[in-house]
Amino acid sequence: MLPLVLDDVSFSVNGRTIIDRVSAEIGAGPRTVILGPNGAGKSVLMRLCHGLLTPTSGNIVWRGTGNERRSQAMVFQRPVMLRRSAFANVVYGLRLAGISPRERELRAGDVLEAVGLASVAGRPARVLSGGEQQKLAMARAWALGPEVLFLDEPTANLDPGATREVETIIGQIRASGTKIVMTTHNLGQAKRLGDEILFLSGGRLVERTPVDQFFTKPASVEADTFIRGELPWN
Amino acid sequence: MSEITQALGAAGAMIFGFDPKLIEIVLLSLRVSLTAVAIASVIGLPLGAAMAVNRFNGRRALIVVLNALMGLPPVVVGLVVYLLLSRAGPLGELGILFTPAAMVVAQTILILPIVAALSRQVIEDSWQEYQEQLRSLGAGPLTSAVTLLWDTRFSLVTIVLAGFGRAAAEVGAVIIVGGNIDGVTRVMTTAIALETSKGDLPLALGLGIILLSLVLALNAAAYWVKEAAQRRYG
Repeated sequence: MLPLVLDDVSFSVNGRTIIDRVSAEIGAGPRTVILGPNGAGKSVLMRLCHGLLTPTSGNIVWRGTGNERRSQAMVFQRPVMLRRSAFANVVYGLRLAGISPRERELRAGDVLEAVGLASVAGRPARVLSGGEQQKLAMARAWALGPEVLFLDEPTANLDPGATREVETIIGQIRASGTKIVMTTHNLGQAKRLGDEILFLSGGRLVERTPVDQFFTKPASVEADTFIRGELPWN
Repeated sequence: MSEITQALGAAGAMIFGFDPKLIEIVLLSLRVSLTAVAIASVIGLPLGAAMAVNRFNGRRALIVVLNALMGLPPVVVGLVVYLLLSRAGPLGELGILFTPAAMVVAQTILILPIVAALSRQVIEDSWQEYQEQLRSLGAGPLTSAVTLLWDTRFSLVTIVLAGFGRAAAEVGAVIIVGGNIDGVTRVMTTAIALETSKGDLPLALGLGIILLSLVLALNAAAYWVKEAAQRRYG
């Protein structure tokens, strides 16, 4: 399905430009981190890539073969849990993906085991802790076996312990062969989890750099001031 | 005062003595109103869900009309149904005027807007929360509507019970299309109106006490279901 090609993509709401002529090609392999300050347009860009929003202008094209809808999944900053058990939440996603009932049960059990939620599989998802709910959201997405997994600030609302666990799960998902594309404004997390950085500021793609280079020698003034914590908040 | 006390005593004796006439009226009331609420739910809940998740031309106008219809005057509904079902009316051939079936039709028309409009509101509120997640998992409008109907089921129970309360307590429509025929179409509200005008206070009071108890029990049940569900499922 990859590469994902963004060609001069813009997105506006009520005349306000949120994404401004972004062009990029996201290929298989390196973990891509979309980094930028609050309001830079990271989450909107991710929703455009995932197909939840339609560009005002420009094109987003999956160049590879395969079912683009089925081969991608997304985990949101605030996970939305259905009013059913943790297990049933995973099964729900698999049912929509057209997986057979027997296979659903097997996969749901396996993935909950892998993220450490097997012991709460039967509990209502909405009464789980915030960290558990985010792990469950990761499990629900992972169970689909996506080629690309979009993660929109997946640890923004979590404490350090839960953050560490979610980051471990991201590592597991990556190890299983899934391409990771995530947004964050957490520099430490970008360093830990990223191979390449797409730095956004004011809706523009300011630079795209390997992670080591980004933190030692950023190519743009905006990235440099952001890393030093001096970028003014708009 | 003593007259009221005597009437209350006589009413109590009828209730606890399971007076056949009183039981007959109560059972017919329940049969008519429960049938009406079942039909209104089968139509109104999916209609509310469909309006919540779909966007189409005229949707806002339809919502305004539906909300306005919640305040339909029962006597007007009774009059319209009477005209439709009377021998000269377009549905006169059905021959159901002055039967419980006509009362079911009138009550269904009365409570259908309540069930549809309130369920639309409840489901649309949830849709705001669920929309991105469901679309991300590949749910179309139909699947989303079914999912939301299930996930909001405890709030919808309250709406259905409110519809039943409205049906069981109204008098204007059923007295016009039912005719208040003893043993055939006499329900609690019409019997109360008649017996009060005749001065037969014990039966009127007995029915009034049962009607009030029913409404109270329904509200208690609705409250309990919602509270218990919230604790159990979050």
